[in-house]
Amino acid sequence: MTAAPEPVAGGALPAGGAMRVMGAETEYGIHAPSAPTANATMMSARVVQAYAQVTRQRAAGGAETRWDYTDEEPLHDARGWTVDRGAAHPSQLTDQPPVLDAEAVALAYGREELELDGQDESGTLLMNMVLGNGARLYVDHAHPEYSSPEVTNPRDAVIWDAAGDLVGLAAVRRLSADPDLPPVNLYKNNTDNKSVSYGSHENYLMPRSVPFGDIVRGLTPFFVSRQVVCGAGRLGLGQDSSTAGYQISQRADFFEAEVGLETTIRRPIINTRDEPHATADKYRRLHVIIGDANLSEVSNYLKFGTTAMVLSLIEAGLAPKVEVFEPVKALQDISHDTSLKATVRLLDGRRVTALDLQWMYHEAAAKLAQDTGVGDAVDGDGHTHDVLERWAEVLTQLDSDRAAAKSSVEWLAKLSLLEGYRQRDGLGWDDARLGLVDLQWADIRPEKGLYYRLLARNRMRRVVDDRTIAAAVGEPPADTRAYFRGKCISSFGKDVVGASWDSVIFDVPGYGRLQRVPTREPLRGTKALTGGLFERYREAGQFLGELLGHNTAPPAA
Amino acid sequence: MAGQEHQQPQSRDSQVDEDIPEAPPAPPEAQASAATEGVDDLLDEIDGVLESNAEEFVRAFVQKGGQ
Repeated sequence: MTAAPEPVAGGALPAGGAMRVMGAETEYGIHAPSAPTANATMMSARVVQAYAQVTRQRAAGGAETRWDYTDEEPLHDARGWTVDRGAAHPSQLTDQPPVLDAEAVALAYGREELELDGQDESGTLLMNMVLGNGARLYVDHAHPEYSSPEVTNPRDAVIWDAAGDLVGLAAVRRLSADPDLPPVNLYKNNTDNKSVSYGSHENYLMPRSVPFGDIVRGLTPFFVSRQVVCGAGRLGLGQDSSTAGYQISQRADFFEAEVGLETTIRRPIINTRDEPHATADKYRRLHVIIGDANLSEVSNYLKFGTTAMVLSLIEAGLAPKVEVFEPVKALQDISHDTSLKATVRLLDGRRVTALDLQWMYHEAAAKLAQDTGVGDAVDGDGHTHDVLERWAEVLTQLDSDRAAAKSSVEWLAKLSLLEGYRQRDGLGWDDARLGLVDLQWADIRPEKGLYYRLLARNRMRRVVDDRTIAAAVGEPPADTRAYFRGKCISSFGKDVVGASWDSVIFDVPGYGRLQRVPTREPLRGTKALTGGLFERYREAGQFLGELLGHNTAPPAA
Repeated sequence: MAGQEHQQPQSRDSQVDEDIPEAPPAPPEAQASAATEGVDDLLDEIDGVLESNAEEFVRAFVQKGGQ
């Protein structure tokens, strides 16, 4: 790369703390109570379709657009912003997103059902969308998935992840208003408690120069223990919940390996999938699959914030020198002990609790933040100080004041509700009503979701407010390339034929060929760099003309 | 707690075909008067929000594999 120094935006974020390019992926559990045997892929496609209908109403530019599957193409771009004039041929789009073909649907479900499904003009059900907030909404196997836009800090990670819950809610509302289709419920959880798990992943951008072995060593003890802060809680022990009880993590029992490539079988604590979705010789996208989906804002905030800080420790070579013996078993032992007294063995023979491990990481992270200055309350990076404070507060509360911790820590909030039922009604851990509480905790409808009922009673602490989350449904983050992607969709949606993490593809009359704009630098394409361009042009042709005319980076606003 | 056994079904929704016999939801005033403190009050509210027929609902929530 030969990118010129970019002091305002597009340069590096402050190092050593909680700031980092990151994003969330949430696969929602999906269920139609009135049609329990309905095909899950079909229902998931209806969710995407329903949201397309919602945005078609909202966006004058037309429905939000399709996902571009060509982003593994090694199309060269010198500065992250060069428009690659002829590189993208229409033929590239034969690599089409998987669509539920009308004929296939008819064969599987019969013509009648097909006719009720409101296909788009091309005779297919939409399986992929890029949203005006820079996110992706699509069908992943048998679940609708929302992948948040790239953000630079844990607070924004919470905002744009929660915005995804509102996207799902809008689709649920739309479907429930359709008399011809069964209502669909979405659950922000990670298991059906019958042996199936589905993920909520985190992604963190890292320099490729950091040896992967350092990442594995530095992260494993942290991942084994961080669930005490950000676990979402789960009724039942074992993958199939065959043992009655309650545990800290939704996901822990589904992990069987320490390191590996898989995400659906033999799930590893450290996942080695390496699609950088960015300039591959500079960056690695660390794909984290071990987390629980969080509704609690504090748990979600600390999940992203503390993990980002631990990655900063690893990059600085300052991660705590601890190695956990048999980490998969340790992960599950910790998850199964809600008293937090369980100890795990370290390779050096010591036995420590999950809280001990978390404090080791906190201490190291606080020192690095102090040494680099990013943790300063006034002159720091604006995020690290707050993450460290909240992290310490929650760890202290978990140790000595659990009544206070339950307004922040998701597994504890859910446990408190379950204990309330157990005490009031004398229910055993295997009672179906407790199973319903566990499931309905994660219903994304505020009137049905039990997390939201607690929130409405001010029993859950906030990190952000509702207005900010609602705005993030339509607006992209200003400080990453997601801004460019989202604005292209909301400003020129009818001329955008595809988009992905690292490209936006236009089909503009008069250009002949499709124009693929690579966006391979995650910190470019920001509002500071491109906001003026979006303000100047109402037509995609003129907009592209300026990009093409300069044939380098678009001018800063 | 005495009295809870027959109180709690009244505050949940009811449908035909249920394993657990249930009465229609109590009016909000009745729920409020039954509440003795914050937790009970919260549980009463949630009783009214929970899907009817817990066992059937939970059993039917079957997902296909994901990541």
